[in-house]
Parts: sequence; C-alpha cells; structure tokens
Amino acid sequence: MARKEGGSAGGDHLGREWWWDKIAQAVLFGGGISAIVFVIAIFVFVAQQGLGFALFDLDLATFFTSPQWRPTSEPEPIFGALALIVGTASITGLAMLVSVPFSIGAAIFIGEFASGRTREILKVLVELLAAIPSVVWGFIGLMVMSPLLMDVFDVPVGVSVLNAGLILGLMAAPIMTTIAEDALKAVPDGFREAAEAMGATRWQVIRQVVLPSAKNGLVAAVLLGVGRGFGETMAVLMASGHSINMPSSPLDPVRALTATIAAELGETARGSEHYRALFSIGILLFAVTFVINLLADVFVRGRRASR
Amino acid sequence: MVEVERDTAVSKLEVEGLTIRYGETVALKDVSLDVRPNEILGIIGPANSGKTSFLRAINRMDEMTDGMHVSGRIALDGTDVRRWRNVYALRRRIGVVFPLPVGLPLSIFDNVALSPRLRGVHDRASLEEIVERCLTRAALWDEVKDRLHSLGSLLSGGQQQRLTIARALSQEPDLLLLDEFSIAVDPVTTMRIEDILKELREEMTIILVTNLVQQARRLADRTAFFLKGDLVEVGPTEDLFMRRVRDRRTTDYLEGRFG
Amino acid sequence: MSAFGATDLDLSNRRRERAFRGLFGAMTALLILPVILILGMLVWKGHSVFSLEFFLAHPRNGMTEGGILPALVGTLYLVAVALFASVPLGVAAAIYLSEYAPDNLLTRLINLAIINLAGVPSIVHALFGVGAFVLFFDFGTSILAASLTLAVMTLPVVIVATRESLQAVPQAFREASWSLGATRWQTIRRIVLPNSVSGILTGVILEVSRTVGETAPIMFTGATFYVAFLPMSVFDQTMAMSYHLYTITTQVPGVPEALPFAVALTLIAIVLLLNSVSIAFRMVLRGKKKW
Repeated sequence: MARKEGGSAGGDHLGREWWWDKIAQAVLFGGGISAIVFVIAIFVFVAQQGLGFALFDLDLATFFTSPQWRPTSEPEPIFGALALIVGTASITGLAMLVSVPFSIGAAIFIGEFASGRTREILKVLVELLAAIPSVVWGFIGLMVMSPLLMDVFDVPVGVSVLNAGLILGLMAAPIMTTIAEDALKAVPDGFREAAEAMGATRWQVIRQVVLPSAKNGLVAAVLLGVGRGFGETMAVLMASGHSINMPSSPLDPVRALTATIAAELGETARGSEHYRALFSIGILLFAVTFVINLLADVFVRGRRASR
Repeated sequence: MVEVERDTAVSKLEVEGLTIRYGETVALKDVSLDVRPNEILGIIGPANSGKTSFLRAINRMDEMTDGMHVSGRIALDGTDVRRWRNVYALRRRIGVVFPLPVGLPLSIFDNVALSPRLRGVHDRASLEEIVERCLTRAALWDEVKDRLHSLGSLLSGGQQQRLTIARALSQEPDLLLLDEFSIAVDPVTTMRIEDILKELREEMTIILVTNLVQQARRLADRTAFFLKGDLVEVGPTEDLFMRRVRDRRTTDYLEGRFG
Repeated sequence: MSAFGATDLDLSNRRRERAFRGLFGAMTALLILPVILILGMLVWKGHSVFSLEFFLAHPRNGMTEGGILPALVGTLYLVAVALFASVPLGVAAAIYLSEYAPDNLLTRLINLAIINLAGVPSIVHALFGVGAFVLFFDFGTSILAASLTLAVMTLPVVIVATRESLQAVPQAFREASWSLGATRWQTIRRIVLPNSVSGILTGVILEVSRTVGETAPIMFTGATFYVAFLPMSVFDQTMAMSYHLYTITTQVPGVPEALPFAVALTLIAIVLLLNSVSIAFRMVLRGKKKW
C-alpha cells in the first residue's frame, strides 16, 4: 500500500467503529450516572411531598419531643415522633447489641480459624441467611418468636422491642458477618506471616495484627448493619407490636418510624397533612441513612488509604 | 542543541523531547531519537528505565492509562501521532508484542482474525488466508493447524508468544514494537522468534526492547541505552559493543557492572 | 527466659488459642443454628397445606382457603418487568464504571450513589415510587409503577455483581485488544463481555431473589390485597407473594394457621433456590478457567 510521505497520515479517517465507540461511550455514561440521578430523584420526589410540610407546617419541637403521634385527631392533629424515634432506636440498639459481637465473632471464626471446606460451607450458609426476605422475618417474629417469648417470659404480648430486636439482629448479622469477613480478608497475608514468623499464636496474630488493621472495615460493617436495622420496615412492622409507646422494658411493644409509614400511607388521602407528615418521616429516614452510608464509605476509604 | 532539519525519507519514527510522567513520577526525560525504515532498533537498560513507557507513548496507550502524561513529539512517517484523529487507525499500523504472552480468550483462529475483522474483513476465505499466512510466518502453523478452534489462551507460553506475533502480523503493521518478548518463553522459542524478526526486517521497522544485551547485539542494527528515564546513548550496535561509546555508564551496563 | 518458662507460656497460649477458637465457633453456630431450627419449624407447621391445588388455585372464601396462583403469577410479572428495566441500565452502569470511568470526583460520586441506593430504606423507595411512578408519571398503582420502584431499588445488585465480573477479566486482554486497534467498545463487546456474561447472569439471579422478597416498595405502588383475575397488562394491579404473606398474616381474620406458614415456606424456598443456583453457578465458573 502506498503511503504518503510526510503530510497527512495514511488511513486517518473517522470510520464507523470510531463513531460507534463514541455512541457507546455516551450511552454507557448515561447508565453510569443513573445511580446519581436516582438518588437525587428519590430525594426530590420524597421532598416534594414532605419538605414544605416539614419546614412550614410541622412544629419541629413537637415532632422531636412529643410522644403523641395523633395524625388524625380532630380538630388539631399532633405530629410528635418521639415515641417512633425511640421505638426505632430501641429496636436497632438491641439488635446491634445482640448481633455485633456475634457477627464479628463469626467473621473471625470464618475468616481466621476455619479453613477449606468448613469455611466454604459456612460462607454459603451465611450468604443464604442474608437472602431471607424481610417479610418472612416479620412473619417469623409474629408467628414463631412471639409465642416463644410469651411462654418464656410469661407475658401476654409477645411482639415487643425484644422480639423485633432479636429478629432484626438475626437479619442484620449475616450481612455484617460478610462485610466484616471482607475487612479481615483485606488484611495482607504478609502481616500475618510476619507475626507468625516471630512465634505469635493464631489468636495473638488476630488480636495484635489482624483486628487493628481491619478496624476501619469492621466499623464500616457495624455502620452498615445499623443503617440496615434503622431502615428495616416489614420485619419491624410485624414483630414490634406496632403500638405508640415509650417503652420502659424490652418486653413492651413499640412502633418504628419505617413501620408507621408502611402502616398508615395506604389510609391517608393524598396531599393531606397526614400524608405529607409521613413523607416528612421519609425525609428523616433518607437523611439518616445517607449520613450512615457516607460515614461507612469514609471508613472503608480510610482502610484503603492506610494500606 | 541545534534544530536539525530531518529528512523524513530516512526516518520512520522521529522522537523529539519526549517526556513521560505518571503523576509526579517522571518515567522518561526529554528523549530524542530517530528510527530508520526497516531497521531493528534495540533498546536496552535496567528495569524502570522508561523503556516500556517509551513504547506505550508511540501507539498512544497513555490515553488508556490513568495518570500517564506524555509531552513532546513522536512522528510516524513525518506526522505527529498525536495529530491522528482516529487513534485506532494509528494503532492498527503498529504491532505490539508484550513481555508476558497474551493469548486472548478466543480460539486460535479468532485471535489472528480479530484485527482483520476489526478493520472490516469478514469473508471466510480471506480470513482463512490471513490466519494461515500469519501463523506460518510466526512459525506456529504446523503446531496448531489441526486445532485452530481451541482456545488461544490455553496454549503454552512459547506458543502464545508466537500467537501474539501472528496476531500483530495480521494487522499488516509497518512498525512492530516488542517489549522483552523473551522474558517468559523458553530459549528455543526465543531463537525461533529472533529468526522471524530478522526476516520481518525486510518489510517493517522494528523496535525491540530487551533485557538481554546479547539479544540486542544479535538483532539490532542500532541500539539505544536507557537509564533511569534518560536516553544515555544511541548508535550502531557494533559501536556500543566495541566500546566505541562516549558514556562510561553504557560500558558499565554492557559489562554487567549493574542492572 | 528459662526453657521451662517458655514451655509454660506455650501451653497457656495454646489453651487460650483453643478457648478462643471454641468461643468464635460457638458464636458462628449461634448465628446459624436458630435460623435452621426456625426453618425446620416452618416446614413442620406448613407442609400439610402443600398440594398441586395450593399452587394452581385462586384464594377462596375470604382468602382463608384455596391457593396462591395469582400471587405467584403476580410476583413473576413484577420480577420480569423490573428486570427488563434494571438489567440493561445496571449492566450499562457497570460497564461504564469498569471500562471507562476515570479516577475522578464524578466516579467517586457514582460509587457513593450506588452505596446509597442500596442503603436507602425500602419504605423510602416506596415513597419515591408513589411520588415518581404512581403520581408524576401517572402510571397509577400498577405493575409498571411497582416494578420500576423495585428496579431502582435493586439496581445496585446488578451493578455491583456485573462490575465485579467485568473486573475479573485481566487487564492484559484489554491492552492486547487496544493495541490491535480495537476501540474500547469493540474490546468490550468482543473480549470483555463474552468472558463475564456468566458472572453477570449470577448477579441477575441474585437480583431476582431480592426482587421476589421485597414487600414495602410494592405495597403502595402496585400490589393489592386480592384480585379475582390474573394480571393482563402492566397497568393492572396485582397480588404478589411477599405482600400476600403480609396480608394473610396480619390483615385477614380467620386464616387457618398452616396457610401463612405454607406461603412463607414457598417464598423462602424460591429465594433460597435462586441463591443456591447463583452460588453453584459461581463455583462452577471458578473451576472452569479460560486462561
């Protein structure tokens, strides 16, 4: 093939493949930013119904300090979310109390002690547990856990902070275990080998080398567990008793923020105060989970940067 | 340095003031050299001297590499490669062979037919002709002709490296870049590939980055010595090895005092 | 330190090692065993209901008798429409992130958005679905609105799984392809995608499993208590397995106890089956190397 000497380059024209590449890039870029678009859209659509109400009509002092959630009372409804916030916090808190130690313990066992087939099987089991839908967990709380608690504690009602907390703990544990195990796995084997070469036992290696280097990842795992518990809806709706109440004991029934929306949205008239108050709760949920996820991301990033 | 008017007829590739950075790190500093048509230019030097970066700048792979920044001029047949609007058409004219053999996870046939297909050749007869010709030239045809449809990525290292060469030849390149091709192949395959390169010189210009100074001596018409991002010296291979060199570092490296 | 001292230390270290191994092993067991016991209990209480009729009949007599056919079909419908929307979008997003995205602020924001999309409570997704699909786009409470809500919610599952399987394709293949003069897109289509399609499929199965179980996002967007007919179009409302379990457990009086147990079991069986298939698939893939 004759090529021009000097001057313009031979064969340099923008062929079909060049244009196809540009088109593909544009389309894929659209896909790439869709996640951002959706997060913004979620905020916009929830805020559109609830933000105006939250800013101008809702008495925020009442919202955060009054335990009276009476959205339909006449003539003056009361929108106090304190009992709901306390409900959510107590359930999530109890769930974390139960599941964080177990999750991290299980992650250490699976990641550091177990080996070969045992480890594979345990990992698969944990993954399967994480897949059980939340409505099934709610059902288990209502139909299995509740009678059990009534027998054990000799109480008339089995749906309570304790019930929902245990259910939520069982739900969140597999997820936290998986993330925590990932964090342990991210510690380079070189660290372990160096410590073992100095004569450290397995447990000494874990405590003095693995856990400190995996600290940020473990914090992220716990945070994601908290976020998950905080936002859980169906299980909490069915297992908590769903009654507005400032709990004085773990055996008291409570009501959660998420469950309130799930239970009431279907019965409100679109655009009514009640309806917009529920969307205001949605804004609160969105904001809190956003911050939790952001924090978890910062910790995960910190882990990467420190390596 | 006085700007010399270069005669494009005797330069296949002109490099002027080429500097390559990765973020803050400078991989290559202000390199200028010419590559003549149908010569084999050897590039030698210890690890991290900027040899691979040099090759990557020629076919503009810096654009596919996060953080890699290239400045200076590289002209292929007198045209700055950076002035090509269609970088893919540019890359099609430049064959590349990597240090570690890369058989793509396609059949042996598809490995060699990929480049013709990319430029729009689709009829079976032409493809078969190209595949057979390129595999033959790469001294691989006899070994694989009965299993053209098995995976190229599962061949032995030496076979994969010849497959890579066949694939590069299927581009009908006029410039062939080889980056330490013998690092992961056995000595017999290395010698066979060296023989192939000697034949290919008739048709194309070859830049051979090598970690083996004796390989440069066997093959290269001229040899350049890179050290820590500097082009220390470039000249006829014979001169370098007969110690007709200006720089002491070159002699030290060639005699194995470092690197 | 004397030789004897060292031995004592070794001994106590080994004892402590065993103690911790036992402790963490027990914690793992306590995490898994209760769930297995509970599942056993569900089988024990619900198995009597299972029959061909249970799967093939409509509910009867105020949902206290009969089968779950419309809920099964409805779930199938919801999942299919959701996949139709989320798989192309999710795969596109993953390809962009894995093959194009430079390491810059926008990419970090996209990754953060994906994490958030996965972390936003399901009930907030439901509110979004109501605001966006039911009201703004005026799809009404319909399969379309519910499926799109589910699609947005499960998008991260597809993106993350696809991105992982794309990134498992060695970079050397891309470089080899580019140096042949292939465009990025040609490289993706001819080299990267064919070698990650099974990984993508694994992710899609996972997404199906997630979609099947979700309840809150469909409660106000398309799922309904009871319909006498199977859905005919995407603008119909539909029953769904997850919502059906919720309603017959909490909203319908006089349901015999075994019935919800059987529905719960069916739902769990579907989800665990899908996940097992996905896990098995992944293991087969791991064993079958192409390079």
